[in-house]
Amino acid sequence: MATEYDTGQTPETVDMMLNMGPQHPATHGVFRMVLAVDGERVVDLVPHIGYLHRGSEKLMENETYAQVITLFDRLDYVSNFNNELAFVRAVEKLMDLEPPERAMYIRVILCELNRVASHLLFAGTYALDIGAMTPVMYTFRERERIQNLFESVSGARMMHNYIRIGGIKEELPDDFVHRTRKLIDELRRGVEETDKLLTFNEVFLARTRGVGMIDAATAISCGLTGPGLRASGSTYDVRKDDPYEIYDRLDYDVPIGEYGDSWDRYWLRIQECYQSLRMIDQCLDQLEPGPIMPQMRRIARPPKGEAYAHCENPRGDIGVFVVSDGTNKPYRVKVRPPSFCNLVALRQMVQGSYIADAVVVLGSLDIVLGEVDR
Amino acid sequence: MTELTAVTFSEVSVIAAALTALLTGLSIIVLSLVWIERKFLGRIQGRVGPTRVGPFGLLQPVADGIKLLFKEDASPAWANKGIFWAAPLLIFIPSFVLWITIPFSNDWVVRNLELGLFYFIAFSVLSIVGLVLAGWASASKYAVLGGLRSAAQLVSYEIPLIMAILVVVMVAGSMNIVAVVSNQESVPYIAIMPLGFALFMLAGIAEVGRTPFDIYFAESEVVGGPFVEYSGAHWAVFFLAEYINTFLIAVMAALLFLGGWSWPFGDLPSLAGLALFMGKTYLVVVFIFWLRGTYPRLRIDQLMSIGWKVLLPLSFANILIAAFQLFYGWPSWTLTLMSLGVLAVPVYFQIRVQRQPAMERARMYAERAIAHRARRPIAETGAVARTVTVKEPSA
Repeated sequence: MATEYDTGQTPETVDMMLNMGPQHPATHGVFRMVLAVDGERVVDLVPHIGYLHRGSEKLMENETYAQVITLFDRLDYVSNFNNELAFVRAVEKLMDLEPPERAMYIRVILCELNRVASHLLFAGTYALDIGAMTPVMYTFRERERIQNLFESVSGARMMHNYIRIGGIKEELPDDFVHRTRKLIDELRRGVEETDKLLTFNEVFLARTRGVGMIDAATAISCGLTGPGLRASGSTYDVRKDDPYEIYDRLDYDVPIGEYGDSWDRYWLRIQECYQSLRMIDQCLDQLEPGPIMPQMRRIARPPKGEAYAHCENPRGDIGVFVVSDGTNKPYRVKVRPPSFCNLVALRQMVQGSYIADAVVVLGSLDIVLGEVDR
Repeated sequence: MTELTAVTFSEVSVIAAALTALLTGLSIIVLSLVWIERKFLGRIQGRVGPTRVGPFGLLQPVADGIKLLFKEDASPAWANKGIFWAAPLLIFIPSFVLWITIPFSNDWVVRNLELGLFYFIAFSVLSIVGLVLAGWASASKYAVLGGLRSAAQLVSYEIPLIMAILVVVMVAGSMNIVAVVSNQESVPYIAIMPLGFALFMLAGIAEVGRTPFDIYFAESEVVGGPFVEYSGAHWAVFFLAEYINTFLIAVMAALLFLGGWSWPFGDLPSLAGLALFMGKTYLVVVFIFWLRGTYPRLRIDQLMSIGWKVLLPLSFANILIAAFQLFYGWPSWTLTLMSLGVLAVPVYFQIRVQRQPAMERARMYAERAIAHRARRPIAETGAVARTVTVKEPSA
């Protein structure tokens, strides 16, 4: 029997129920929302998730700690390094382990590059949602450069499995610093190109400004984090407020938005790209030779206990809660996925706007279904 | 006026041959348009476009067409079959019969009607019926939405388009397209009525539904609009009609405003004139593709407000100044001046907006959007804001 939707209306004035997704070009994966529409206006929205549920958290209980990292790669599949880092940091907290300096720097470099890659992908697909077909080509070209660098570092373009408990998998390739410096210049130009083409475009402004507005208080009560929250004027950024790795040694700004609308969320991500490139530059300056893994047992066996660690993922605050029973496999792993929590705010943002705005708002939240459904 | 006379057999056969030639020619033109669009967009986007099929990928559109013809012609189970299969023809036939009166040069025309422009207007409106019916018969909510959007969009932009043509008719003093072109032998009409050209292009692009006005088949919203349920050969017919219409708007722009096959430096031989005409047309076509590679899509309410609040008043002003110039018999450069003067008003406002610092401009747009939303709360659309409760299925 199918799910029924009750709009509480008489038959003469029934709203049209418009099913969007799980196969729809604008839902970025297999997200599904059922819109109640009155003409072109959206009256209400019912989100449905779970089409990509793979039981990751349950799977993690049956893998050793090192193997769990590969599952984290597959949660938010466009910002893999950031995800790996969140889990690895939780386990390190559990084991009371401090990774070597060099490893921390390399982790931050890779995470920030990953953030740029993720935001570039967002900018391109967001433009596509709004109907501009060119920026996506530019951003994919730039993202490709980052992927190539990642490939030279970890051997994989997406599922890196590079960050290890206590350090990183292996030393960087010889020309890494040189290549990355060149890459930063290219990326800066690349981001600027997209920025110039799209950000202040009249039609783009008209489509995204004032759409899906949310104030900081509502955003916080919805559990919104990351660019979605900072667009409303909050400065919450895990990198600043609860510094991890070597983020407290870097000089960077946290851009914040003014209106909390879709354009602010987009603009913020572009600004974050510039800031991330700035951070990578500083990291490369401060990067010193040294060990990349501490002396430790080959198979991690954390003591009994539990630990929670969180990191700033490109989508927001990713939290990982690990419970250990003293064996080589975690007893329980719970992920607080930013995409999932950001989706909570979707309904309020979309209600009362146009159908086309629903697409714009969903795009501006930048969800990754691998992380929402786990 | 052409008189109604008995049509002889030889006349019929000549017309049939001309129509066949027209259909073949148009198909080739559509193929060329597809190829140009893909190559040109590729260049804009830092790609090379199709390269594999034939030299420079020239045969790519042919390969695409063959693929489409071999695909299954599926239709939804709930579709109203008769209307569903008739709709592509309802779109294609009006866009094809229009070409009967469109001249390619002084004497290259199937039937040079005295009321050619009237015929053009009358038939170009008909394609709305096909779009709405295609949307309705598909039994898909996206298609219905797309069909309704197309009805709203085409009806609103039909008016400025017709009015722009009307001014051309007033100035030329004829509805015969060949006569309109021969009137432009010394000065093309774009120099006399730049405002009319701008209106015609904007409304024309909206009329054929190309970016930034591709709202009724918006890929990311209504997933192809009225065409969402079509596949195979029937979809190919839609596709053909869409490109023919794009080309049509370009041809009309070249004929009505850019001087068609004539140029200001004396007479041209027929073939050179045709080449010149095609050159102008393809220039307009490339301009339309350029817009597609650059701009995002407008929202339906923004589209409507541009149509009714900007283009319509400008169209009236356009008619008014042309009427003044004709009534008092002022020289034609006064019309140019007045036209530029009216055109300067929206351009001035746009420049004033553009010259603000970028962030200021972004802020202004936000305030404007907030004000717009406050003016039109959902309660005003006929019902109070409602909430939907989900009844989960019982096991």
